[in-house]
Amino acid sequence: MSGLIDTVLQGVMLGGLYALFAAGLSLIFGIMRLVNLAHGDLIVLAAFVVLVVTQTLGLDPFLATLLSMPLLFGFGYVLQRVLLNRTLGRDIMPPLLVTFGLSIIIQNGLLEVFSADSQRLGAGAIETASVPLGGGVAVGTVQLLTLASAVGVILGLKLLFYHTELGRAFRATSDDPEIAQLMGIDNRRVFALAMGVAMAVIGVAALYLGMRANFDPTIGPARLLYAFEAVIIGGLGSFWGTLAGGIVIGVAQTVGGAINPEWQILAGHVAFLAVLVLRPRGLFPRVAD
Amino acid sequence: MALLETHRLTAFYGDFQALYGIDLDLDAGETLAIIGANGAGKSTFLKTVTGLLRAEPGGVVLDGRPIGGLPPAEIVRLGISLVPEGRRLFPSLSVEENLRIGAYGRREPGYWTLERIYELFPALVERREAPSQTLSGGEQQMAAIGRALMSNPRVLLCDEISLGLAPVVIRRIYAALPRIKAQGASVILVEQDIVQALQVADRVYCFQEGRMSLTGRPAELDAKRIHTAYFGT
Repeated sequence: MSGLIDTVLQGVMLGGLYALFAAGLSLIFGIMRLVNLAHGDLIVLAAFVVLVVTQTLGLDPFLATLLSMPLLFGFGYVLQRVLLNRTLGRDIMPPLLVTFGLSIIIQNGLLEVFSADSQRLGAGAIETASVPLGGGVAVGTVQLLTLASAVGVILGLKLLFYHTELGRAFRATSDDPEIAQLMGIDNRRVFALAMGVAMAVIGVAALYLGMRANFDPTIGPARLLYAFEAVIIGGLGSFWGTLAGGIVIGVAQTVGGAINPEWQILAGHVAFLAVLVLRPRGLFPRVAD
Repeated sequence: MALLETHRLTAFYGDFQALYGIDLDLDAGETLAIIGANGAGKSTFLKTVTGLLRAEPGGVVLDGRPIGGLPPAEIVRLGISLVPEGRRLFPSLSVEENLRIGAYGRREPGYWTLERIYELFPALVERREAPSQTLSGGEQQMAAIGRALMSNPRVLLCDEISLGLAPVVIRRIYAALPRIKAQGASVILVEQDIVQALQVADRVYCFQEGRMSLTGRPAELDAKRIHTAYFGT
């Protein structure tokens, strides 16, 4: 029994990681209907940024992430302003093609600079620390922090979206970009700010990606897939739904993996397909649109 | 000098020309009505003035300054605000958020504040937290006008504000007009309801197939001339 509880708990916390992957993707799609195929590679890129900051300044990964976030925000802002804004329009193909190309450029750029070696963000003692929950069940501190950070990020995004002027502009632009301009909202700037926020969130995702397991320049596309699945399971446009979606995949993976280690990845994808069949609009579809 | 002028203003949707050289002027404190049949170019005119459609720089002049071709966000900052056809409130924003976003990015104080909008349209007070889509048509129209006023415009453009509303509701909305004008806004109304338009306007412009077909003061215009200008011969 405690074995099952343990497995499910691990899955829930793994779901936190997938929710972190998905939050940025969901934010970008929600505001500007941009499907960012480079999202996974941006997570890996951010992990390398955190790695470099960790190594050059001799900081622990948490502090390095905090330092990297403004940098990543600026990168996202410029990326949107200079490149991605130009791809937005009635046609959905240009953003798909451009972000697909970006994905390849990021992967190969990282390979050139960092080689194909596996990297890891070493955090010292906290990596092996755990929190006992009683009944013989304990959870890893990093695992628990992953979930807590996912909840924190989602609360933060909720706060930004529903209690600030910028959040109102995000929602208004998402609703009706034409009329939003008539309110004095510069859509291009709002989109750039949204990409900046998404990159900052990606920084948090990158921290846990790099602390929980090894990473190398080629693992981005698989993270993109998990992020997509989490967003779609949760229902497009719902932040809490994204967390639920991440947890569904996480639990399916750990339970599948406990039955047969070969089933771990497969179980996550099967759970995604099952949700699509039963609830095509996701678990928490938005009422409007 | 007029507050707002257009000079030989043209507008295109792709290859299709929708406006063929419109000359119009609006004096400070004036109310203009633009009437015309469906497809005459009335809404296109408003979209071009607000920057949603491209214009030549000198095509639109506000207070002596050419503003044609500026982005819409900049034009609203300069003092031209539109109440769009069909209300177009933001569905994922509450009524109050819709009003607040009308003042997006502006810090300078003006006459119109949330409190004064609620005073103008008391019906909105108890619906302030409601999602905008749950409002009745009349309430939505009030919210859309309030949203446009929140930027404290010098020129308020209203596109078909009586469309689809009951006569009693239309009267209530038009009753707000004198107070809006008293605060210094000049108004351009696009209306299909000619009687309503003639009642409140100082001058009337009639559009026909993208061209100006008639202009004058309501008292100078008889029904026959309006009929011809409206439908053609």
